[in-house]
Amino acid sequence: MSVTDAPPAKTAEPQPRKPSVRKPSTRRRLVPYWLLLPGILWLVVFFALPLVYQASTSVQTGSLEKGFEVTWHFATYWDALRDYYPQFIRSLLYAGTATILCLLLGYPLAYLIAFKAGRWRNLVLVLVIAPFFTSFLIRTLAWKTILADGGAVVDVLNTLHVLDVTSWLGWTESNRVLATPMAVVCGLTYNFLPFMILPLYTSLERIDGRLHEAAGDLYATPATTFRKVTFPLSMPGVVSGTLLTFIPASGDYVNAELLGSTDTKMVGSVIQTQFLRVLDYPTAAALSFILMAIVLLMVTVYIRRSGTEDLV
Amino acid sequence: MPVLRWLRRNLIVIAGLLTLAYMILPNIVVMVFSFNKPNGRFNYAWQRFSLDAWKDPCGVADLCGSLSLSLQIAAWATVGATVLGTMIAFALVRYRFRARGAINSLIFLPMAMPEVVMAASLLTLFLNMGAELGFWTVLIAHIMFCLSFVVTAVKARVMSMDPRLEEAARDLYAGPVQTFVRVTLPIAAPGIAAGALLAFALSFDDFIITNFNAGSTVTFPMFVWGSAQRGTPVQINVIGTAMFVIAVLVVLAGQLVANRRKNSAKN
Repeated sequence: MSVTDAPPAKTAEPQPRKPSVRKPSTRRRLVPYWLLLPGILWLVVFFALPLVYQASTSVQTGSLEKGFEVTWHFATYWDALRDYYPQFIRSLLYAGTATILCLLLGYPLAYLIAFKAGRWRNLVLVLVIAPFFTSFLIRTLAWKTILADGGAVVDVLNTLHVLDVTSWLGWTESNRVLATPMAVVCGLTYNFLPFMILPLYTSLERIDGRLHEAAGDLYATPATTFRKVTFPLSMPGVVSGTLLTFIPASGDYVNAELLGSTDTKMVGSVIQTQFLRVLDYPTAAALSFILMAIVLLMVTVYIRRSGTEDLV
Repeated sequence: MPVLRWLRRNLIVIAGLLTLAYMILPNIVVMVFSFNKPNGRFNYAWQRFSLDAWKDPCGVADLCGSLSLSLQIAAWATVGATVLGTMIAFALVRYRFRARGAINSLIFLPMAMPEVVMAASLLTLFLNMGAELGFWTVLIAHIMFCLSFVVTAVKARVMSMDPRLEEAARDLYAGPVQTFVRVTLPIAAPGIAAGALLAFALSFDDFIITNFNAGSTVTFPMFVWGSAQRGTPVQINVIGTAMFVIAVLVVLAGQLVANRRKNSAKN
């Protein structure tokens, strides 16, 4: 993964040469390792090792009663893909749509906070962050009320004939929004918006306001200034924001379960059902490995193409 | 057309405010429906005004128990992840050593993986070890996924620290421990606090990983999830509202303190 570090400039700054040329003692050289040991051990045992166990589970066969055994049965992967490819495609589609919507909705708000909010900046920031601390499940359930059949939202969309168009596109049904793809995407967009806005805001805020003035002095229209100056400079925020929304959205099953129907199931639901209810561990493990592979592949390609290396 | 011109000039502000409205709308709905007296098990349609739920927020079986369990887990997960994460962050920024790249990837990966994958793999580990699912497995899992976020938050702060401040402390004959406690730690504190706050929020709100690894233990998000199927008590809205208000107050208070400090530093 492309995780570059501190711009080495800071630490590599020519420091006043210490009078002693002695090499640091062994004890001192071991300090970083002692600092790292507990945390890294935790990640190895509870993050990396579980992935190994899961890989092994995915090539096992057997049943809960007789026990599972590693038989290198790779066919589980093909069976899982064959049975559940609609859910995979749907997950990527929904997560992708939600990510694009987050970017379109989040950019103006991040821009507003960074450049236009003035003394309201702190309040708006608080309103963006506060949802982090309120249970997202409760808020997702609130969407059930908002999008309810015969509710205000559905009425308005019906009067404006929006639902006729969206139902023709297959996003909604002709008289309801709840339990349709649109409801799920709406929930996903809502849930992951803060993860888009905060990185965008951070990178926008770093932009020197004088650059905008300079662009104006050089007769750039506001639109040109945005296209040639602001947007390119906010790219790191765009990249980390899209990743922070797309990755969790692709594995989410809460929105699909609470706001969707059986026709809008995402792959997360399938993994959860296979693992916790059907207890078909090999299939569940294979599904989750395929999801991981797809996401990591897409993320790697995306980071390469966008050319931003400093993510973390 | 002055109206159209005004609209065009303020397009970004209007779009931004609409997004903000979209983000706050569910919170308002949660708040309004905390004063509802529902007809039947589900609290999805407005019936009539009532303060019943506010008078008796713990009136539903298991609700406050799950809430206190979630708070305990979040508190311990915050302590664990903050201590371990801060140590890693310091090691990564302050020292050159082998395997830095590998360690950076190990820290980045949990953030670049759908939660359900981590949840499922952790469950396979616990099943294979024959561990009993419950408080401890949830705590272990929460520390694991909060760790990366703490490292990132602390690293950002430590990276922007001026190493000359510590050199100055050493020049003034402060020992390594004294330098760390009196100079390094206070400067890094905002980053550590941000990491801890993030860890607390992430742990308290986590559903997917907890859902896989909790066994029959019920945290607050698990309680809400269950109630979505069985019927949602109004008390859930009361607690959601209270949490929102407390969060806003805490963050605002924090910013007020920060502002005051900034102002007094100026004077």
